[in-house]
Amino acid sequence: MRSKTIKELFVTFFKIGAFTFGGGYAMIPLIKREIVEEKKWLAEEEVFDLIAIAESTPGPLAINAATFVGNRVGGIGGALAATLGVVLPSFLIIFLIAGILARVEHLPVVEKAFRGIRAGVLVLIGSALFSLFRQLKKQVFTYVVLAAAFAAACFLQTDSVVILILCALCGIAWTGFEEKRARK
Amino acid sequence: MIYLKLFWEFLKIGAFTFGGGYAMLPLMRQAVLENAWSSENKIVDLIAVSESTPGPLAVNMSTYIGAETAGIGGALAATFGVVLPSFLIILLISGSYRKFRTSRIVRGAMEGLRPAVVALVAAALLSVAGSAFDVGDLLSHGNLTGIVAVLIAAFLSYKKKHPILIIAVSAIVGLIL
Repeated sequence: MRSKTIKELFVTFFKIGAFTFGGGYAMIPLIKREIVEEKKWLAEEEVFDLIAIAESTPGPLAINAATFVGNRVGGIGGALAATLGVVLPSFLIIFLIAGILARVEHLPVVEKAFRGIRAGVLVLIGSALFSLFRQLKKQVFTYVVLAAAFAAACFLQTDSVVILILCALCGIAWTGFEEKRARK
Repeated sequence: MIYLKLFWEFLKIGAFTFGGGYAMLPLMRQAVLENAWSSENKIVDLIAVSESTPGPLAVNMSTYIGAETAGIGGALAATFGVVLPSFLIILLISGSYRKFRTSRIVRGAMEGLRPAVVALVAAALLSVAGSAFDVGDLLSHGNLTGIVAVLIAAFLSYKKKHPILIIAVSAIVGLIL
């Protein structure tokens, strides 16, 4: 019974890993169909919890989701099975492609194609950046942190991890201060 | 030892990427360039490969950089590293995730982290754009191709077309021009 659940977790998340392109939010519809409707491992509203947790913990959404659902359904063994399942397709496909690309990337045709692709990817990054920016709270604190972190990264070449830790600490201090003021 | 180094660097990426997807770009770029595992242009190429293959961006890029740097062992070390922090943190908080999410520390940290991620991705974008274009010779053939591809891609992105289509069209622009 238990080993059957573990196997099901692995297979379900393998499918999710194999059929989501781009990862992240692209996998939410698939999670809803497979996890909520088919397997009934999560209730509909728990998907929102899942997204909220994924957003406040580090790492890819897919991994967070797999570990969360796996652990809920089958404990640590389930978490391992689901996470391994969701990672394995990417791993195998990319490993294969890495071998092929290393052999063809110096061909003139491939180089030309990548010259165009690089420009296209800049647009993809730009559009992701724009949507991240739009989701920010419109408040002075946000813009101060944004400007300071940008200046530190661009002009001082500060380590990204250091910038993230300092900004998190500022956020904690600022939220504490704001909430204390609101209570008065 | 290279495997340990890969594991450690990608563990950091996994532990400090908030928001997923492109939020890992600044950390990935920093790790790759500091260790001379690859070039700025190669990172952009890898994003294209990762977007056109299934699975999360961070996992795809970790596997690729690991494989290129140290073969199958490197791919395993990097992928394991990038996945481990999420896995452990979710296991740790899964019993009390509502309390975790609404705690003042977590909410406060996110208030600071969200704008920081935007700033870091913006800085990374500027730097990869600088290496994708030839700043010395602005009207070079490569730059003109790039500008045409950017304009077409921007239009497709504005029309909410799928990233794979945008990459495919950009490749065709590169091949034709």
